[in-house]
Amino acid sequence: MLNEKIITVDHLTKRFAAFTAVDAITFDVYKGEIFGFLGANGAGKTTAMRMLCGLSMPTSGKATVAGFDVYTQNEQIKKNIGYMSQKFSLYEDLTVKENMQLYGGIYGKSNQFIKDKTAFILEQLHLKDEANKLVGSLPLGWKQKLAFSVAIFHEPEIVFLDEPTGGVDPVTRREFWMMIYEAAANGITIFVTTHYMDEAEYCNRVSIMVDGKVEALDTPAMLKQQYQSPTMDDVFLKLARKATRSGD
Amino acid sequence: MKPQQHNQSKTGAARRQFFSFVKKELLHIWRDKRTLFILLGMPVVQIIIFGFALTNEVKNSKIAVLDQSKDAATSSLIAELNASRYFDVEENLTSYKEIEAAFKKGKIKLAVVLPSQFSEDLKHTNKASVQLIADASDPNVANTLTNYATAVVMDYQDRVTNKQRLPYSIQVETRMLYNPQLKGAYNFVPGVMAMVLLLVCTMMTAITIVREKEMGTMEIMLVSPMRPQMVVIAKAVPYFLLSSINIASILLLSVFALEVPINGSLVLLIAESLLFTLVSLSLGLLISSAAGSQQVAMFISLVALFLPTVMLSGFMFPIENMPFPLRMVSNIVPAKWFYIIVRSVMIKGVGLAAVWKETLILTGMLLFLLTVAIKRFKIRLQ
Amino acid sequence: MYSVEVQHISKSYTVKKATTPALKDISFAVKKGELFGIIGPDGAGKTSLFRILTTLLLADEGTATVEGLDVVKAYKAIREQVGYMPGRFSLYQDLTVKENLDFFATIFNTSVEENYDLIKDIYVQIEPFRDRKAGKLSGGMKQKLALSCALIHRPKVLFLDEPTTGVDAVSRKEFWEMLKRLKEQGITILVSTPYMDEAEMCDRVALMQNGSILSIDTPQQIVASFAQTMLAVRSASMLQLLNKVRASSFVENAYPSGIYHHVILKQQATADQLQQELSAAAFADLEIKKGQPTIEDCFMQLMRI
Repeated sequence: MLNEKIITVDHLTKRFAAFTAVDAITFDVYKGEIFGFLGANGAGKTTAMRMLCGLSMPTSGKATVAGFDVYTQNEQIKKNIGYMSQKFSLYEDLTVKENMQLYGGIYGKSNQFIKDKTAFILEQLHLKDEANKLVGSLPLGWKQKLAFSVAIFHEPEIVFLDEPTGGVDPVTRREFWMMIYEAAANGITIFVTTHYMDEAEYCNRVSIMVDGKVEALDTPAMLKQQYQSPTMDDVFLKLARKATRSGD
Repeated sequence: MKPQQHNQSKTGAARRQFFSFVKKELLHIWRDKRTLFILLGMPVVQIIIFGFALTNEVKNSKIAVLDQSKDAATSSLIAELNASRYFDVEENLTSYKEIEAAFKKGKIKLAVVLPSQFSEDLKHTNKASVQLIADASDPNVANTLTNYATAVVMDYQDRVTNKQRLPYSIQVETRMLYNPQLKGAYNFVPGVMAMVLLLVCTMMTAITIVREKEMGTMEIMLVSPMRPQMVVIAKAVPYFLLSSINIASILLLSVFALEVPINGSLVLLIAESLLFTLVSLSLGLLISSAAGSQQVAMFISLVALFLPTVMLSGFMFPIENMPFPLRMVSNIVPAKWFYIIVRSVMIKGVGLAAVWKETLILTGMLLFLLTVAIKRFKIRLQ
Repeated sequence: MYSVEVQHISKSYTVKKATTPALKDISFAVKKGELFGIIGPDGAGKTSLFRILTTLLLADEGTATVEGLDVVKAYKAIREQVGYMPGRFSLYQDLTVKENLDFFATIFNTSVEENYDLIKDIYVQIEPFRDRKAGKLSGGMKQKLALSCALIHRPKVLFLDEPTTGVDAVSRKEFWEMLKRLKEQGITILVSTPYMDEAEMCDRVALMQNGSILSIDTPQQIVASFAQTMLAVRSASMLQLLNKVRASSFVENAYPSGIYHHVILKQQATADQLQQELSAAAFADLEIKKGQPTIEDCFMQLMRI
């Protein structure tokens, strides 16, 4: 499965005045891959992710997402990606169904598509009885799972997940990762950031950013071997402790 | 662990807490330059807007003339009125009835009535009269227009008397339609004062306390040994200072830019303004205890306070003409009493003896609001 | 002697006529000088519990004491003796680091100099930024400043509500090292966290879920009391392997855990039985070994009961 490149990043750089937030990062992400994007606070993760989502213009370097150029084709990029973050995902004062209709509508899907897909997700998440309840009234774990379903509602090529499992109980966290596995098995590429180091192990490949640069990029097993660490946690600490700068 | 050293007395510690809190509060205000600018600039802008709105409107005002005499004297007087840059004769009326209609249509601001025996009276009795009827729903404009019209008539009279060397005199009789007491002249100064103090004290105090709740810093304040009442009072102090600056700038502007005199005691006027400031602050504290978010605090301040202040304080609309229930409601609007006090002291020039009742009412309101606000301030979260 | 004692505390919230219990009959005690962890996901009731103990909230039922003082009757005395760091960053963002610290020192009737020895360790790390506005600090820096402010009056008990949430692994590690050093100063520390792996840094932990305590013990004891047999399995195709394991009649529960799937066997089942079944299915690179339960495994097992 890992042959077709879906994200290519070549010396991508972002400077804010004298501060280089992202410093010439280079990597590729393959179709259907679960790609872990790690880094300490302030390492430049968020800035890099914003550039790939077409939200922020790079200072220099090249990058394509789903075959589209981040400089000129950010509208096409936005159509082909999904995005979910811990902070903002669903409208709490809309019902489950209304949220799905809204996102389907935003991505210009037909009414029939929205109807079928809504029914499918409600079935899959066992949320049929909650379809007309306000999202705000659901437990956190359900919200996060629902938010992920909504992020891939329009069947994007890639989904960007920004710390999707923060504060969620361990059982729901596993269920969430099962959904990620399934989405990946269906060919959706997963680009995920997390503070849980055991989750880094679930990724096919992991990159670790330090001070705006990608310091390490490999499978979790290879990284552990390379840094002679028993766990990813240890790998991360060894790398992130080298950081000289701090600040978000 | 070494014991905590409390060399100072308990009151010393409380004083330090208090001043440190006030300092912090001043820093918040100082660092938010935009809000500070609005708070200090608002009274200036309001006074200027009101001031110019008042003096600008009187050029080329449309007037109607009812000439019942139609002779050489009245025609030349009308011609002089028309020639003045203040007036344009829009309509020549033929009967009294048409006057009211012309006003209702909103075409004219002033009607000039010359009685049928104008020339005869002037010649034979040396006394003639001119009636000026003004639309006093905009009392300031009405006042200015009648003053100008009177001046034109007097000019005319001077010229006639000079030529004829006879002691003629023309009596100008003024009638104000719709608002006979001419409420509004200079009234906006006390009105603006009430509005600004309410906005700065009530709304800003309410918002700043609620902001601490939203930010979570109130949790730490509550857990600290600082007494909760102290937190509340310390929050109000900087806004009291800001309001004092605003009072000063409003008074200076009115005296020097708008030439509204302070006829009464300046000390009394300032003391009464500070009293009203305290009432507004307590209102803000009370709102903050009820509101959970900054938006709610702002909403309550605007709807429950600002609107009644504008509508029911007598500043925009005369309370005497309101229906009974509204007149009753106006009694609980603090701005109404403040407004009466300021007008009396500033414009009528009376002393405390004349406004002790209103002062007492405001003091009562202050004590009541402050007690309720401090009682309601929660020492815990919900 | 206990520093914090909680007996049968219950608390529920009523919003729009719907009553949600936040704490259900909670009891525990924290010894003087202990580093006590309250571990559980969002919505477990950690914040409500902390607010009750810091006198910010009244419980519906039950009693609690901090340093022998009743949280309801003696709230003023408690407020002088505890340090509290709420879950959200609760400092003044438009004040500088130094201004915040001075301000909190004064509010708590002390000065930075008086207790400098206590916060020195932490404060030196943020001192280079002392004229920077708090809102402009990074997550880890904010957290250090907040801890300094919470410590400034040398509290006997420190309550830290989710201090490491949203903070990266390096800062989290540093933060726990700071707590260890504070513990040596004799301060009792109660800390809540949603990260299960942080349990091992505590002397004792209470695992919380939906307003109830699932277990209270030392982290070692909690792990040791894991009764079932747990295996760790992996192969080249993890998703298929998980589905297969879950369908097996020998398996009670299975879920991903790092590079392995953790498999909890039913009472009578043995590792050999599962091994045979999986080998028959011919998974590439199949590996089966005895699993080492973590706090998280225990938590999940306790959640099932």
